[in-house]
Amino acid sequence: MGPVLSRLLAIDDRRFWLGFGAVGILLLAVVPSLNALPAGHALNVPDYAVTLLGKYLCYALLALSLDLVWGFAGVLSLGHGAFFALGGYAMGMYMMRSIGGRGVYGHATLPDFMVFLNWQELPWYWMGFDSFWFAAAMVVAVPAGLAFVVGWLAFRSRITGVYLSIITQAMTYALMLAFFRNEMGFGGNNGLTDFKELLGFDLSRPGVKLGLYTASAVMLGVAFLVCRFIVGSKLGRVLMAIRDAESRVRFLGYSATAVKLFAFVISAVLAGIAGALYVPQVGIINPSEFSPANSIEVAIWVAVGGRGTLLGPVLGAFAVNGAKTWLTGAAPELWLFALGGLFIVVTLLMPKGIVGLAAQARERLRGRPVPLIEEKRNA
Amino acid sequence: MLDDRPAQGSILYLDGVTVSFDGFKALNELSLIVAPGEMRTVIGPNGAGKTTMMDVITGKTRPDKGDVLFDGSVDLTRLDEAQIANLGIGRKFQKPTVFEMLTVAENLELALKCDRGTLATLFFMATSEQRDRVAAVLGTIGLRDRASLPAGRLSHGQKQWLEIGMLLMQDQRVLLLDEPVAGMTDAETEQTAELLLEIARDRSVVVVEHDMEFVRRLGARVTVLHEGSVLAEGPLETVQNDHRVIEVYLGR
Repeated sequence: MGPVLSRLLAIDDRRFWLGFGAVGILLLAVVPSLNALPAGHALNVPDYAVTLLGKYLCYALLALSLDLVWGFAGVLSLGHGAFFALGGYAMGMYMMRSIGGRGVYGHATLPDFMVFLNWQELPWYWMGFDSFWFAAAMVVAVPAGLAFVVGWLAFRSRITGVYLSIITQAMTYALMLAFFRNEMGFGGNNGLTDFKELLGFDLSRPGVKLGLYTASAVMLGVAFLVCRFIVGSKLGRVLMAIRDAESRVRFLGYSATAVKLFAFVISAVLAGIAGALYVPQVGIINPSEFSPANSIEVAIWVAVGGRGTLLGPVLGAFAVNGAKTWLTGAAPELWLFALGGLFIVVTLLMPKGIVGLAAQARERLRGRPVPLIEEKRNA
Repeated sequence: MLDDRPAQGSILYLDGVTVSFDGFKALNELSLIVAPGEMRTVIGPNGAGKTTMMDVITGKTRPDKGDVLFDGSVDLTRLDEAQIANLGIGRKFQKPTVFEMLTVAENLELALKCDRGTLATLFFMATSEQRDRVAAVLGTIGLRDRASLPAGRLSHGQKQWLEIGMLLMQDQRVLLLDEPVAGMTDAETEQTAELLLEIARDRSVVVVEHDMEFVRRLGARVTVLHEGSVLAEGPLETVQNDHRVIEVYLGR
């Protein structure tokens, strides 16, 4: 671990670590302190805002995961919502099981919706989910397994570009249809909800909500460093080389299939963890999380923030979802127009997203024309 | 297959190789033998099958029939591009394809001969020996002062050299070069010829080229391809006086 750690520290200059530390202090010390101020205090961060921030942090983690494959390897997955939802379902199943006899129907093991459907016993795939650690393992294993199978089939057949995007859309759509069915045993279109506790902590308590928010912030930080390590390594340069000229990479002796599969699986795992942290904070998971439109929205967050930058997607997730929260409250009918408009503006005028704005402005000041649309390269 | 005497002792052995695309025979019973350490130039009019031949050797295209052997015994038709590259066959494309977003030094580092497994690549750290190797190749291809420049900023000729440099980093036993001097100035062409002659001292090099001056400068044995098979083979002077070759190049 020694050399790995030293390389992780050496990847970036002091400025990065100062910024990283500052954001960490803001999220992990300042926000909780302000939350602890008495309600009504001018600087108080109310509980609902903490949960809202926690949700954004999960979205940011999801956007980060997509950036690893899209921004660096050029694999535009439009099905990352599926990995997110699967992670969420795995966590939801654990929380359903931990309700125990306290459900509406008071059945000791069966979740309410199964009692309602007259099921007599727990399906085999719900076994084990009474254990948090088993569920946590599934949060990682199920998205990883799906990504491995889909990725292996697609990458070894050399499916790239728009075809890959369509396949991933189909994947999440098929899962949505499947999860809508009551017979699947995941609560049909109502999904899983009415959660009571996580690891014995009462989910309705503000302190627990702050804990979930904190866990999301820490996880985002860890994932950021993991991604940073990957893209800063030689493997990261292979990923970028695949993005720019895949066949050339093969002639150098790298298995583009294996390299892309590695990134895709890591990315799916991060998305699954994001979903698992998201569900206890919003209190529900249902099949609409698999909706293809959700996955497309994630790609918009990444594009708005600036793909291939890691930091950009995090900012993009916060910016777009902040705008969404505000606009759906202020003028709900305008939100979709705003989202569509945003995507057009970003594509045409901000090819490097929010993160690239500073560089764009600098170039303009120097009087150099900035290419608005990045040149496409094909091998 | 092993009892095929001619394959013994060769580094590349193609026998009866046929490739057809929608009925068009890009290669038609092509046979070619390259000896270890040999430099060979391959010429021929457009559509003669030069690039398809390289595609077959490097695993990009599977032949319909015929034998393609490396080092006298390894069947290349069963391997994919990455496996063939790891065996020791490097290729430079007609259009220079360097990784434009990466720096010149990073391009060379990616080509460096070492374990190319995914995890080994993730935890790769260059040894001082490997860094010296990058520096040495940077010197050989004359791009030492461009090392930290994105490869996309190089001139056309420099990109061609960088690609040759990447082949050197791979430390391959066979180099296949598809029109290495296309689009180069006369001075650049001359420098490239010197570079290739030096490289060819300790490995086999197959050069596909249109530029006859360049072919003459290399002074190697010439194979003329026409309609997917070998029309003539020998020293340049002999080949140039071959009436079939003259007919193919001038007669139509």
